[in-house]
Amino acid sequence: MSYLLRAVSPLGGAPTDLLLAKGVIAAVGAEATAAAGERGVTVVDGSGLVALPGLVDLHTHLREPGREDAETIESGTRAAALGGFTAVHAMANTTPVADTAGVVEQVWRLGRAAGWADVFPVGAVSVGLAGEQLAELGAMASSAARVRVFSDDGRCVHDPVLMRRALEYVKAFDGVVAQHAQEPRLTAGAQMHEGIVSAEVGLQGWPAVAEEAIIARDVLLVAHVRSRLHVQHVSTAGAVEIIRWAKSRGINVTAEATPHHLLLTDELARTYDPVYKVNPPLRTQEDVDAVRDGLADGTIDIVATDHAPHPREDKDCEWAAAAFGMTGLETALSIVQQVMVDTGRMTWADLARVMSVTPARIGRLEQHGRPLAVGEPANVTLVDGAARWTVDPDRLATGSRNTPFGGRELPGRVVATFLRGKPTVLDGAPAREAGMHA
Amino acid sequence: MRHLLSAADLDRPTAIQVLDTAAQMAATQAREIKKLPTLRGKTVVNLFFEDSTRTRISFETAAKRLSADVINFAAKGSSVSKGESLKDTAQTLQAMGADAVVIRHPASGAPHSLAHCGWVDTSVINAGDGTHQHPTQALLDAFTIRRHLSPGGVRRVGADGDQGVGGGLDGLRVAIVGDILHSRVVRSNVQLLTTLGAEVTLVGPPTLVPIGVEAWPCQTSYDLDGVLATGPDAVMMLRVQRERMGAGGGGFFPSPAEYMHLYGLDARRIARLPEHSIVMHPGPMNRGLEISADAADSPRSVIVEQVANGVAVRMAVLYLVLAGVPTGDAAPAAGSADAKGAAR
Repeated sequence: MSYLLRAVSPLGGAPTDLLLAKGVIAAVGAEATAAAGERGVTVVDGSGLVALPGLVDLHTHLREPGREDAETIESGTRAAALGGFTAVHAMANTTPVADTAGVVEQVWRLGRAAGWADVFPVGAVSVGLAGEQLAELGAMASSAARVRVFSDDGRCVHDPVLMRRALEYVKAFDGVVAQHAQEPRLTAGAQMHEGIVSAEVGLQGWPAVAEEAIIARDVLLVAHVRSRLHVQHVSTAGAVEIIRWAKSRGINVTAEATPHHLLLTDELARTYDPVYKVNPPLRTQEDVDAVRDGLADGTIDIVATDHAPHPREDKDCEWAAAAFGMTGLETALSIVQQVMVDTGRMTWADLARVMSVTPARIGRLEQHGRPLAVGEPANVTLVDGAARWTVDPDRLATGSRNTPFGGRELPGRVVATFLRGKPTVLDGAPAREAGMHA
Repeated sequence: MRHLLSAADLDRPTAIQVLDTAAQMAATQAREIKKLPTLRGKTVVNLFFEDSTRTRISFETAAKRLSADVINFAAKGSSVSKGESLKDTAQTLQAMGADAVVIRHPASGAPHSLAHCGWVDTSVINAGDGTHQHPTQALLDAFTIRRHLSPGGVRRVGADGDQGVGGGLDGLRVAIVGDILHSRVVRSNVQLLTTLGAEVTLVGPPTLVPIGVEAWPCQTSYDLDGVLATGPDAVMMLRVQRERMGAGGGGFFPSPAEYMHLYGLDARRIARLPEHSIVMHPGPMNRGLEISADAADSPRSVIVEQVANGVAVRMAVLYLVLAGVPTGDAAPAAGSADAKGAAR
């Protein structure tokens, strides 16, 4: 089965036709148009739709193995496909922790079997995420899962010696250490951003300096050992400033921002609704503005969702008892469109860069984040940028309801997603055959 | 008034109405038979997730003096460690017929969640949540200040005057001293006392003053002697927990001796206060840490009276919440027939 995408706008440019056949983009333009009417070619009317390389998330919690009550690889990758993603990086904080070749291979195989999006497991930096002893990074790198991204996400690799060793060790296989920057002593018991709102609502503060101090240390470390550092979920103005400085010095660091840190602020904690409880916490408007500026000027390289599903009982309670985290796979594209594209700060090509091309490069993925050109893998997402939709937590595909965007009207709707030429989403709905093609 | 969750919920007319109602309640408490029939048939649940014998007994006494049925439910520890969620506990109590839930909880915002999450439809009265709010404490403090001091800082004479009924605390200067960071009492007091027209100055070591305090409608100082030299009308000492001292507790101050030396209220400091100033403490006191025995037992101390006033204020709150009395701008003038009738 081949697909002819008629009159789509690659990266928002002039409309053209794309022919997807045998897993690749077989033809572009008139040559593709000529395939119309051929046997086995399904025509998709793409007029008014933007064609993007399939989105790549560098930061996803799929929860399997261990917390299948929150999400499974099946439900999480289906949500990813509906959000326009063709590849997701599954974080290591599962039960058991993804700190061995066995666990990462299991996650990778379950992703293949589900078939909605390619799942690239992230390996833990330390055994059991305990921050004491390096996990077998080499074994994970050379496993079938071919791990390149390592992270203790959820916890910070706070021991400077362990961090140094990890940065050094991953050089052997061109890996990257993705750091959850949170000084643990400064954030013991922390519940929300420390500032005016925390002082008033009486929730223990998570100071910006606890994020910034670790980032400052790590950029100096990575410069010293000449490795690769990726900073996860940058949330403060000071963190953006430090990364900007590091890049100006030529230090090999990349950084991500989440959709929620591009839009929401700590004022929401006044509701005591734990749906707004996340780590790092929502910051101030000044921080949000700085993160947007950083994304616009390239200081922040990519957007990553930090999709963190939780079952209802972990959010339907008092704030302090609730879990940290928000879902995000199905809303990420819309938030970035609203905040960056519709405001004129970014083009669709920029969006493709921060949500597909660069995350794929950081994760060293060869088959994702590629140009929409003949011979390239047919990983394509079609977006209706003019559409608007209202987020209904009950109607999202993720296994959990903890979206902070419930009730919001957002721009942009994923109409179709193709993974190696096969639709995982068509007409904005899951394509049923997807699960059968591994 | 449907709920009482935060002192910020009280506008000036409502706050004065609560204090005036409390004054009427207090008057009934001097009688031989203290019990009123006002809330007969109503059920009040004291839902305490934290040990607080004093506050619980105060609410219990208040409810019983108004003839309400009282259920005490002590659920030690957080919902997580206990294994039953706050939601389930609250729904269980509602199913047993609670009309109002008085809740004390270690998590800031728990009363807010109880009132707004749609778990239950009872009235909710916050009896202290985490480091957030303790509105009835602020009300009893304001009530106590108003009984003793008229606007401008003149001491009212005995119990014969009008005790400030109908008025606020305009122009009175109140110093609140101690662990500002962890205090729900101070958050409620800053809001309520300023709503009533008082000027509040917070005093404590910088480690125990929260980041973000600059947005509060008050002054902040690290110098107790400097603030006392300005002659505050009332000095409110906050409890300092000895556990805050050690490294495990955060290491907020070096030693009890240094704390007492810099921020404790003792006979020497009390002697420098103006004649009319009063000394307050929400209790329980650490004698010899934030307050010396000389200061606690001095004639200026109204600490024991605060306890008695606590019952009157909580009677007023329970009455206004449970009897469906209009409050704030919707209310008839203070001291109206309605409120008098209730207190009869």
